[in-house]
Amino acid sequence: MSRVIVDVMLKPEIHDPQGDAVLSASHRLGFSNVSRVRQGKRFELEIDGPADEKEIEELARELLANPVIEEFTLRSAD
Amino acid sequence: MRIGVVTFPGSLDDSDAARAVRFAGADPVPLWHADHDLQGVDAVILPGGFSYGDYLRCGAIARFSPVMTSLVPAAAKGLPVLGICNGFQILCEAHLLPGALTRNSALRFIHKPVRLAVENPETAWTRAYAKNQELLIPLKNGEGNFVAREETLDELERNGQVVVRYLDGAPNGSSRDIAGIRNEAGNVVGLMPHPEHAIDPLTGPSADGLGFFTSAVKALAGTGA
Repeated sequence: MSRVIVDVMLKPEIHDPQGDAVLSASHRLGFSNVSRVRQGKRFELEIDGPADEKEIEELARELLANPVIEEFTLRSAD
Repeated sequence: MRIGVVTFPGSLDDSDAARAVRFAGADPVPLWHADHDLQGVDAVILPGGFSYGDYLRCGAIARFSPVMTSLVPAAAKGLPVLGICNGFQILCEAHLLPGALTRNSALRFIHKPVRLAVENPETAWTRAYAKNQELLIPLKNGEGNFVAREETLDELERNGQVVVRYLDGAPNGSSRDIAGIRNEAGNVVGLMPHPEHAIDPLTGPSADGLGFFTSAVKALAGTGA
């Protein structure tokens, strides 16, 4: 079994109101040096056998991320 | 004339959509998400709601449901399809329409009637309206902020693919105040506001939404369907 982590983030040019809300809450809590927050998603995949990077990339592009608004990165967790 | 209304797990507005179809003089046909069969309907409505609990992204799971695997090729061949709210999100996820719907810019769920202008009355779903006709229709969404690449937005404007636009600014932050768009052919239309909730002054802020449904009836009558 292999494990792969896929991180999905909104593209930099897409407004992230959730990140903005977390930023202002951070300031209210006194963490005044936080200057920017972007919120994303992390998927942990367990694959039977060795991970085929091309196949996981396709899964990320087709399902885990919406390429219109999001970008993703893959990395092995083994 | 038979217009299908798809029910996904989590659809909310399928019965109002079916009622709107009846008000427009057509027969609503319930279609089930797990069924490949479109039952030979003349048009299809993807209603509002929270299909599959909005898991992953709104519309992202619904896109892969059996009914969609039949609907996508049928829409490409010209079947009139209307996506309302979650239905619009599904059409974008299925790449039948460009762009995507993201969180409302102010993060709040919005529920109120909004003024719209019909910019393109030459679609299967808007031909009962006049150009620039003003409509008052309820908006209710948490993720109705329409975004697309600048070039895509320019193309939508250039091709007349903006079908309806918010008249008082987009409350959800949508790019260029876009409330609804169509595909290039004009048979597929998606919008965030809910015309099916505005077909009868007794139950809605106006009857302005009925035109979406009578438009389809008119369009289908024109093709002899």
